Amino acid sequence: MAYFLQQLINGVTLGSIYGLIAIGYTMVYGIIGMINFAHGDVFMVGAFIALIAFLALTTIGITAVPLALLLVLIIAMVLTAVWGWTVERVAYRPLRESFRLAPLITAIGMSIVLQNFIQIAQGARVKPLQPIVTGGYELFHQGSFSVIVSNIQILIVATTVLVMGAFWLLINRTELGRAQRACEQDRLMAALSGVDVDRTISLTFVLGAGLAAVAGLLYLLYYGVIDFFIGFVVGIKAFTAAVFGGIGSIPGAMLGGLIIGLIETFWSAYFTIEYKDVAAFSMLAIVLIFFPTGLLGRPEVEKV
Amino acid sequence: MTAPLLALDGVTVGYGLLPVLHDVSLQIRSGEIVCLIGANGAGKTTTMMTICGRPRVSHGQVVFDGTDISQHPTHEIARLGICQSPEGRRIFARMTVMENLQMGAIVANTPDGFESDLARVFALFPRLADRSNQRGGTLSGGEQQMLAIARALMGRPKLLLLDEPSLGLAPLVVKQIFEAIKELNAQGLTVFLVEQNAFYALKLANRGYVMVNGRITMTGTGDELLASEHVREAYLDGATGPEEEVSIS
Ligand SMILES: Nc1ncnc2c1ncn2[C@@H]1O[C@H](COP(=O)(O)OP(=O)(O)OP(=O)(O)O)[C@@H](O)[C@H]1O
Ligand SMILES: [Mg+2]
Repeated sequence: MAYFLQQLINGVTLGSIYGLIAIGYTMVYGIIGMINFAHGDVFMVGAFIALIAFLALTTIGITAVPLALLLVLIIAMVLTAVWGWTVERVAYRPLRESFRLAPLITAIGMSIVLQNFIQIAQGARVKPLQPIVTGGYELFHQGSFSVIVSNIQILIVATTVLVMGAFWLLINRTELGRAQRACEQDRLMAALSGVDVDRTISLTFVLGAGLAAVAGLLYLLYYGVIDFFIGFVVGIKAFTAAVFGGIGSIPGAMLGGLIIGLIETFWSAYFTIEYKDVAAFSMLAIVLIFFPTGLLGRPEVEKV
Repeated sequence: MTAPLLALDGVTVGYGLLPVLHDVSLQIRSGEIVCLIGANGAGKTTTMMTICGRPRVSHGQVVFDGTDISQHPTHEIARLGICQSPEGRRIFARMTVMENLQMGAIVANTPDGFESDLARVFALFPRLADRSNQRGGTLSGGEQQMLAIARALMGRPKLLLLDEPSLGLAPLVVKQIFEAIKELNAQGLTVFLVEQNAFYALKLANRGYVMVNGRITMTGTGDELLASEHVREAYLDGATGPEEEVSIS
């Protein structure tokens, strides 16, 4: 029981990070029907920006942990959003009216460009960050095994809940969010209603990148090391999460992230760690057989 | 004579390489109801959409309020006050009725005016008030049509474009919608109307144009066109039904 609870805590933590990234995949798919394969790498760039920001803040003497975290969060979100915006502007927008596979190909190209750029600029070796958020609480113990929830886990889940809540309000309660949803449903009608569709698509990339930056920061704090390749590995998981939950659905992405995080953690804990990815992808295949559009996805055909 | 609110001057336009409209010219003056009639595939919807910049003209000009808008982006054309209830209604299916109306209000750009505009369209279409929290996709066809018109009105249009507002609706609802158009026009709204239902449309309109295969072949006042032998034969075939119905009312 204690072991199970511990894995649950670990799984939810990992799932939070996947969920934050999955939203970026799902939103871009929702609005322009394209899989943004570079999104995982935008997350990786976010993690690097966070790392550099930490080092820079330490150099200028800002070491109070809450303040440093807040500043790094803001810096990472803003700068990563600029990257997300640039990727869309440079690689996707010029091909908007092109054949369907074109943006997919540039997305893969963009992913390689970002990976190689970081590899050259930052080096190929893993980059460590000294632990910043330490400590935790022992919930209880059973025999020699104690269930621990660490402060970093609390921080990750709390930040995720907060950020997702704010994001939810933005999408569902503001004019900006309404315009975003309108473009998702009918771009031509949105334009006829006075919405600048290109600007809204840019905004979608900016929001997705901002959330990926939060995930990048949390990942960095949790694992303490990053390298130029994490975007690929984590990105594929988050993409799987988006498909699992129903690509195009924002609640689906959150739910999918959580489930993938849990499957991975529990599989590693009870079976073999080597096959944790196989477990996640197999579950995806099974779910897609019974729910072809994912758990919370909507069927393509609608009554109009 | 005052300059028209909207003028198409020698507009040629097409999808890809295939031209659909050939040298189309027409004018709509402030305060008028102008209607465009024609057979299926004549190019009526294309004319409406061309005004909004989709597709773009390849020759000619679209002049609104004195400026050539033929190269303006679609959302900027909308923000000038050209609001369309398009063919197929294009309701945002996963948004509520209220959210659809909020989308329409974007071009009005008067946050303070929203409540009063809302009250006005609800007075026009009370059905929508009852359904305001329902998703657009769950409305009936007639309700969606009302919503499409209401959404366009929320933008405080200078020019209202209506593409087949009567399509697929029960006669009673059609009558209701046409009465609403008349009422709005009496309050000063300029309307450009495309209709299959030529009889009603010409009755309602000040002037009309007839389109055949992407060309304007005829123009005149509503009554002139109604009286024309050609129009009667081509577009009012079997129109004795509605004619009788109207003469009773
Ligand atoms: N998106 C498009 N791509 C290619 N051709 C199109 C497109 N839309 C319309 N057309 C063609 O342009 C011509 C005019 O179509 P349009 O929709 O303007 O006719 P319409 O007068 O509105 O007809 P209806 O009364 O059936 O609505 C048709 O031959 C149609 O096939
Ligand atoms: Mg049409």
